[in-house]
Amino acid sequence: MKEFFKSKKNIFNFVMLVFFGWLLFISYTSSKRKPDNVGELLKFDWLQSWPKWLDLPLMAWINDAFKKLNENYGWIFEAINNFLLAMLVALKNFLILAPWPLVILGVVVIAYFASGRKIGTTVFVGFCTFFIGFLHPIFWQKAIETTAIMLISIFLCTIVGIPIGILMARSIRIRDKLLPVLDLMQTIPAFVYLIPGIMLFGLGAVPAIIATFIYAVPPLVRLTDLGIRLVDKEVIEAADAFGASKKQKLLGVQLPLALPNIMQGINQCTMMALSMVVIASMIGTRGLGDEVLLGLQQLNVGKAAEAGIAIVLLAIVLDRITQSYGETLQERSTPQNKKSK
Amino acid sequence: MAKIEIKNIYKIFGNKPQSVLPLVKQGATKEEILEQTGHTVGLDNVSLKIEEGETFVCMGLSGSGKSTLIRHLNRLIDPTDGEVLVEGHSVMSLNPEQLIDFRRHKMSMVFQRFGLFPHKTVLENVGYGLEMQGKIEEEKNKIAMEKIEAVGLNGFEHQYPNQLSGGMQQRVGLARALATNSDIMLMDEAFSALDPLIRSDMQKQLIDLQSQLKKTIVFITHDLDESLRLGDHIGILNAGKLVQVGSPVDIVMNPADAYVEAFVKDVNRAKVIKAKIIMRPANQSEGIDKADLIRVQEDQFIEEFLPKIVCKNSNCEVIDKQGNIKGYITNKELQSSLLKS
Ligand SMILES: Nc1ncnc2c1ncn2[C@@H]1O[C@H](COP(=O)(O)OP(=O)(O)O)[C@@H](O)[C@H]1O
Ligand SMILES: [Mg+2]
Repeated sequence: MKEFFKSKKNIFNFVMLVFFGWLLFISYTSSKRKPDNVGELLKFDWLQSWPKWLDLPLMAWINDAFKKLNENYGWIFEAINNFLLAMLVALKNFLILAPWPLVILGVVVIAYFASGRKIGTTVFVGFCTFFIGFLHPIFWQKAIETTAIMLISIFLCTIVGIPIGILMARSIRIRDKLLPVLDLMQTIPAFVYLIPGIMLFGLGAVPAIIATFIYAVPPLVRLTDLGIRLVDKEVIEAADAFGASKKQKLLGVQLPLALPNIMQGINQCTMMALSMVVIASMIGTRGLGDEVLLGLQQLNVGKAAEAGIAIVLLAIVLDRITQSYGETLQERSTPQNKKSK
Repeated sequence: MAKIEIKNIYKIFGNKPQSVLPLVKQGATKEEILEQTGHTVGLDNVSLKIEEGETFVCMGLSGSGKSTLIRHLNRLIDPTDGEVLVEGHSVMSLNPEQLIDFRRHKMSMVFQRFGLFPHKTVLENVGYGLEMQGKIEEEKNKIAMEKIEAVGLNGFEHQYPNQLSGGMQQRVGLARALATNSDIMLMDEAFSALDPLIRSDMQKQLIDLQSQLKKTIVFITHDLDESLRLGDHIGILNAGKLVQVGSPVDIVMNPADAYVEAFVKDVNRAKVIKAKIIMRPANQSEGIDKADLIRVQEDQFIEEFLPKIVCKNSNCEVIDKQGNIKGYITNKELQSSLLKS
């Protein structure tokens, strides 16, 4: 027996076995459908089909937990809800109330500067934007609703994701702990993330923002971490050797040099956010996604396809802008490429 | 008091360096340690003194611990055991703020692959140390421009490092190190990445600068010619052990072991040995033919006056800077110094 407990693995297995026994016991005692008399179990007819009393009451536990959470900390979720909703509504109304040609102009100007004044990209982005509304007038507003949810989510991603990425780059211990979590977050099917959002915030835009945030943040964290760690070791040594403090090193050297990778992260984050927002139409989030859903429900293939194309156009616009900004940055820090081109 | 003193430094790379230290102290070799414990011995009981105003060259094959040694001086690497004293103060006793201050004012560094900040212009790069010292913009730019001129890069101050050739980049590195006006300059294989011609130029530039500035320079190289040209003293590292320290002539004339001998066996002695080393002192000059003497300075290398001797076939008189006769050189002294023992 003593021998058995010398190995850590054996101890772990034993603990798990005890835990399993405890789960069985709890499930049985709390079940309302258990036989009145324990003696009846000896008839073994319950081996035929799965007995009603062999049922882990996970559902009840989670519901209880959420109820408690809502009773005790409801104000926190309400505050988050109100805050996000206010931001969203402000952004949405601003974009919807603005005349559409102005919005297109705005997108074009952003694309122009983000792409480092490349005319080709700029014109292409302008036309894509125009075609979103051109496909169906209602799409213009829907696309703005979708974009607004995305922008808020991406904003959350950057203010949370980049600092976490920085922490990971600084400490191997934190990275070892967080990497499996990020892996897990990326393997879970996207719409599972809608569940906690709905439980805490009900239906609508806010759970969509939360789900989009959780779904889209891992690539940004990873690429921030990677970008910082990929900065040339000698350059970091140079900063150290000239007496840069940690903060000076981070803000003056590491982040600027990691920026192309961070922009790549924001680009991926944007693309994932778009796919999540489309999926979120399943929980009643308004936007381009619900047009697709509507088209499919009415068996109106043309309508669904039109909405699908609008989503692709939106994706192209967002991708071109974020992607080409990353490329512009890259060229700036390695001007050699520009010369040899 | 020596400017820099290194006392019994050990550096062991690996997970548990302290546990391996006793083994190393008992005299186990680098290979044995690696085989038995998986740790790498970077430095093994290195002690040396570097005087104010001299150029100390540290030489050894790749992997012999040169970079590790120089990084102990500004504590980019902490020793496993031993002490580093700069102007009598232990570098290990500095707290984080003092260390930053020490790096800002006492030492500057030049790197093998330049270690320039790719996102900063030449001017900003050169001014980096000054920025860390907290100098105001105007003063920073003024000093930086002076140093850019000193290394002959006027007109390039607004270029980015990647737009410059290797030699020019290292001039930026040199200017950046000069700008902080620290008394000690660390140069880790500063010229090793450059083409031979440019390297020779840079060596000359360093010698010229040093003759005015009189800094304490610790220069790392794996090239014997470079170390003979630059060094007032040379230390030779082999597998983390310091095998010989001496003047260039010492190293060439009396190599301590087979490792050093292998380094110096092909060296052109005439390039290394100065007139005053081989001359027969003036008070033992009986019997020397003093007709038609050739005058040489005591600090001239044999190489410089050898052609004259060969052409005129007469003896030399050696004088010091004031013109006093210090000794004489005849064919006999020349032969015995140039022939391999
Ligand atoms: N961070 C490190 N971790 C493990 N081993 C290292 C590390 N840095 C250097 N070493 C080892 O220490 C030895 C000396 O390296 P280094 O000082 O870079 O040599 P040099 O500059 O003379 O080429 C080498 O065997 C190298 O592999
Ligand atoms: Mg090295």
